[in-house]
Amino acid sequence: MLAPQSEAELADIVKSSSQPFAVQGGGTRGIETSGALLSTSGLQGITLYEPGALTLVARSGTPVSEVEAILAKENQRLAFEPMDHRSLMGTTGVPTIGGVVAGNISGPRRIMAGACRDSLIGVRFVDGTGTVIKNGGRVMKNVTGYDLVKLMAGSFGTLGILSEVSFKVLPGVADVKTLVFGGLSVAQAIEAMSLGLGSPFEVSGAAHDPARQETSLRLEGFEASVAYRAKALSELLVQFGQAQILDHESAAYWDNVANVTDFATQTGDVWRISVKPSDAPRVSAALPGIALRYDWGGGLIWALCAPGQDLRPPLDGIAGHATRVRGAPGIAMFQPEPASIAALAQGLRARFDPRAILNSGLMGASHANDIHA
Amino acid sequence: MEMPPPDMMVIARKPRIVARLLEVLPDDAVIHEEAETRAYECDALTAYRCPPLCAVLPSSTQEVSAVLRICHEEGVPVVPRGSGTSLAGGALPTADCVILGVARLNDVLETSYSDRYIRVQTGRTNLSVTGAVEEEDFFYAPDPSSQLACAIAGNIAMNSGGAHCLKYGVTTNNLLGVKMVLMDGTIIEIGGAHLDAPGYDLLGLICGSEGQLGVVTEATLRILRKPEGARPVLMAFNDSEVAGACVADIIKAGVLPVAIEFMDRLCIETSENFAQAGYPDCEALLIVEVEGSDAEIDEQLGVILQIARRHDPIELRESTSPEESAKIWLGRKSAFGAIGQISDYMCLDGTIPVSSLPMVLRRIGELSEHYGLRVGNVFHAGDGNMHPLILFDANKEGDLELCEAMGADILRLCVEAGGCLTGEHGVGIEKRDLMFDQFDPEDLELQMKVKDVFDPKWLLNPAKVFPLTASESRRTG
Repeated sequence: MLAPQSEAELADIVKSSSQPFAVQGGGTRGIETSGALLSTSGLQGITLYEPGALTLVARSGTPVSEVEAILAKENQRLAFEPMDHRSLMGTTGVPTIGGVVAGNISGPRRIMAGACRDSLIGVRFVDGTGTVIKNGGRVMKNVTGYDLVKLMAGSFGTLGILSEVSFKVLPGVADVKTLVFGGLSVAQAIEAMSLGLGSPFEVSGAAHDPARQETSLRLEGFEASVAYRAKALSELLVQFGQAQILDHESAAYWDNVANVTDFATQTGDVWRISVKPSDAPRVSAALPGIALRYDWGGGLIWALCAPGQDLRPPLDGIAGHATRVRGAPGIAMFQPEPASIAALAQGLRARFDPRAILNSGLMGASHANDIHA
Repeated sequence: MEMPPPDMMVIARKPRIVARLLEVLPDDAVIHEEAETRAYECDALTAYRCPPLCAVLPSSTQEVSAVLRICHEEGVPVVPRGSGTSLAGGALPTADCVILGVARLNDVLETSYSDRYIRVQTGRTNLSVTGAVEEEDFFYAPDPSSQLACAIAGNIAMNSGGAHCLKYGVTTNNLLGVKMVLMDGTIIEIGGAHLDAPGYDLLGLICGSEGQLGVVTEATLRILRKPEGARPVLMAFNDSEVAGACVADIIKAGVLPVAIEFMDRLCIETSENFAQAGYPDCEALLIVEVEGSDAEIDEQLGVILQIARRHDPIELRESTSPEESAKIWLGRKSAFGAIGQISDYMCLDGTIPVSSLPMVLRRIGELSEHYGLRVGNVFHAGDGNMHPLILFDANKEGDLELCEAMGADILRLCVEAGGCLTGEHGVGIEKRDLMFDQFDPEDLELQMKVKDVFDPKWLLNPAKVFPLTASESRRTG
């Protein structure tokens, strides 16, 4: 395994080599790549943290836990609540902050606070030619030149290898409460969550678990404010029954939602489906007999199915996309794109990594046979 | 600021180009008489003007596609235009270009309160998007100060912000999908009412690309429920640096106001003379606004006022009624207009780390003395987005050039402090030739390669964003 200790060393390795690399942070998210293992784990350290400016900059190999710990000391946090894939994917290792960015990994709070890409304000990376590139910076309003920051988020190491990432962070919260409604159908649950998310009460998580028959809405903030909103939201949603209110159990509850802990212990392939919330009942109807978990007010649906089952054909006609997160290769991991979009993606890929040596074949395909559009 | 010489071959073919455009558009949608093209000679950066070859006003995505296909075939540069409110010259024409205005594309196509989005044509103005949903108590969050006039198309092109970004983000954080026409006429759709992209985040790439990658004709925008209430507090200080320190302390305390606005003495006095908002006599003032129910606002302002008291304010004025709130905002909202009453001015848009605020304010003062031009500072302090207003006399020989030189020095100072050239106005032509102060050649080369992918012939808004020397071979190749 190659594990450069500096950005310059990383750039040298890429520049002087023509062999394909499998780019990896902590290797916890089950990304399928081939080539010589090139790890960012040697690029460690928080290079800047200014609580008064809500800004944190870290080298890409820095463990997520280290970032979260330093933020917690100042009662701040990453707004987008990145999920930890280890239990779901059965991986060990240390999730890195660069890996979070490469996968645009977000959790339940994405519905209110945006995705990882929305908190990301700057990147440094080494492109496929070994050139060090910077984009964005350490300020949260910046329209100077093209926004390659967003482009790098979620590009899974196929456009460049991240060496440093900058975030806008947010204040932490004094209090959390979760309202749990029981016995709702999928359609009722979506309706309840949409009402909550369309209220002024700043719902920061909205999930539905059909197995436990629980529909949950999270409120965060100052103590008196959370108490007020819990009461107001209960009244708004009274038609869905009496809510049970979780206090200190909330943190563990939402960790389980974020990390899809339910599916971790069960065998089978796991898919992640993104639709608009009101289409969630259609997804449910299209996938009979398949275990589903709903997050993001119904807009994110996790599915557990038999190994090798392709969930895309039954979902055809519902706007959105499906990603195969766990399961043997054979079915494309990412939703195939229309030809016009795929052509742009391939064009970008060819400019950023002209030799196709970074996570070759993973996405932005130089591989036309990945495209089924 | 220099623009490339027009392609005389294109100008010579004007009759043929106009005739072809008239084949795909109604007569009143092709503006080609010299007296009429003058209406499109500039945007809000009025110091620079040039009538275009012609202007077109398509009414549908199909028409946009037809226009672009013709221009692509004829090798004619196209400058997309929203409402023409760019302060950076983003919609400045060249004599050989077709201005493609989206003003006639202004319909609301779809609204969903349960899924919290609205789909609009992009000629629609920013404020009228909120106008379309406020009956249901919803709003569209980005609120640039030109929101009455500016179009969503321009907001997307420049990734516009506003006063409330600290809580709600900028355009890119509120944009869910687009329908866009590439320079060769291909119509593509990216994103939609669902969240996040399956492949590369092309939506994020397009937002803020200043009309250089495609013409966006439809946008799916996130709408939010209005908060129960909002209340501002005005804080007056006798020292700008103390006001800056107060901002950082408020943010550190864990409260997240929706807005923290800063004004210095020149802006306070000028807007006070103009609007009579009743502002105190002081060196610097902050307007801090929080949202929620009455009790929640009380709780948050309690924390904020406690912090402010530690910084020796000369006055803390908490609004007790909607009228008082309006009055607190009145002076801030009048600031640009008030300065415009007393002088010509240039509005800058650099962003700096909040921690550098005192240093940057001091250095701007020094530059003001050095150049002999007055500067007013009014800006979004919570996110470090500064809007220094340089006062100059447009009728005085050399004053504009002096003002531009000083503006460039201030923007270089922003970069040196760890910030950037532009926070929400865009690069356009205004900051184009300063890009090497922020980026290495390799950084810009890769950005230009992105344009190569979307617009290989470099016909879309070609002379913007990148220094002319850097883009020359591509534009003329």
